[in-house]
Amino acid sequence: MRKFLIILLFFNINFFNVFAIEADIFVQSTVNRASQILAKNISQEEKINELKIIAKETVDIRGVGFYSLGAARKNLNEDQKKEYLGLFESYFLKSFSSRLSEYTNPEIDVLSKEVLSENYTIVNSILKGTSDRPEVKIDWRVYTKNPEKPLIRDLIIEGLSLARTQKEEFSSILNSNDNNINALFKTLEDFSNK
Amino acid sequence: MIKKLSVIIVSIFLLAFNANAGSDGELKLDKKPKKVKDCFENLNRATFAFNQKLDKAIIKPLAESYRDLPDPIQKGTNNFVTNLSSLVTIPNNVLQGDIKLAIINTARLAVNTTVGIFGTIDVANKMGFPKYEKEDYGQTLGAWGVGPGCYVVLPILGPSTIRDTAGSFMNVLGGDPYYNASVHGNNEYLNETFYMATKAVEGIDFRSNNIESFDNLEINSIDFYASVKSLYLQNRENKINNIRKGNIEIFYKNEEDWEEIENN
Repeated sequence: MRKFLIILLFFNINFFNVFAIEADIFVQSTVNRASQILAKNISQEEKINELKIIAKETVDIRGVGFYSLGAARKNLNEDQKKEYLGLFESYFLKSFSSRLSEYTNPEIDVLSKEVLSENYTIVNSILKGTSDRPEVKIDWRVYTKNPEKPLIRDLIIEGLSLARTQKEEFSSILNSNDNNINALFKTLEDFSNK
Repeated sequence: MIKKLSVIIVSIFLLAFNANAGSDGELKLDKKPKKVKDCFENLNRATFAFNQKLDKAIIKPLAESYRDLPDPIQKGTNNFVTNLSSLVTIPNNVLQGDIKLAIINTARLAVNTTVGIFGTIDVANKMGFPKYEKEDYGQTLGAWGVGPGCYVVLPILGPSTIRDTAGSFMNVLGGDPYYNASVHGNNEYLNETFYMATKAVEGIDFRSNNIESFDNLEINSIDFYASVKSLYLQNRENKINNIRKGNIEIFYKNEEDWEEIENN
């Protein structure tokens, strides 16, 4: 029985190790997938739709959504949270994929990674320069709480955090509307529908 | 008087508008980003709207035409204005106590101005000099511990803070040798008009390098004003904390916001 337990424990450890995904490999694999789509000879709309699928699989949309809401997230009831997350997902996927779809055949090389904590690893990469644009440094904040399924939480482009920018945009909209969460909901809805 | 005022405005332009420079040096990892107040938001938004119209009517079309010029001309122009900016960067290296970098940048300026034909060729880069990072008086004030004050949007000149605007005035109060030589120098080659033209070209060069980025940002923002403000302030924060581009450990030390969402 004891022997069986040892074997079982050993099997479990190996099982989990096999399926843990390194953050840098995860990022490189994600950008490779995105690059393949961007290089395809398909319409912009088709590219956006395919990029949305990748974003859904690799970005922690729920986490980014709550982060973007800032302190206002504490005042939401369960129904509002549910409504917000639905609206945020549509907004985020449209905004994110639209930003990426502007690039044609981007080459991103992962250079290094830095494990910050059990939950976060920063992956450093560069978007190679072309005759039209200079080299761009991109850092990825990867959420690694579940090592089997790392998720992207932020892109820091040349030192500028997209999540922080988004958070400050949301905060500005709330401030301009007496912190009325419905005003933010409407803005997100309008953006997704335009 | 109007001419002088114009020179002052144009000279502030790039410092306020320039969002690309970074700087070398020591990291201050314990600094937490501070919220910059938007004390004049209504006025700022109105000015921002005016600037956007001006950009669409004049600046962006000029930038697009500039981009049609042959690459060597664009590259040479960019090198020329970057080399001139060393004249402001070097005193700021000194004021921030970075003597080694001041010496390196002085050598870079000497090599590029002579061998590099008035800075049009970045010979120093080819010789393996460290990557050049601009510094300005606003950054120096920040490095000395002066807070940013309120966020402001200046007509024509774009986003700034009270501190950065004050820092920009240092250029025309003796802090920019190129301005001194052009406006106060007794020579037949440089004058105020030439100085202003140089600064205008610098602005167009910057804008032409960011056409797609700005378009993309505008299309995908739900509050473009807030996006530009956030990016400007993040960039200034990075520069003042001497964070090299892409090497931004300071952000990663501020985990509270991310950690909080675990409980949602």
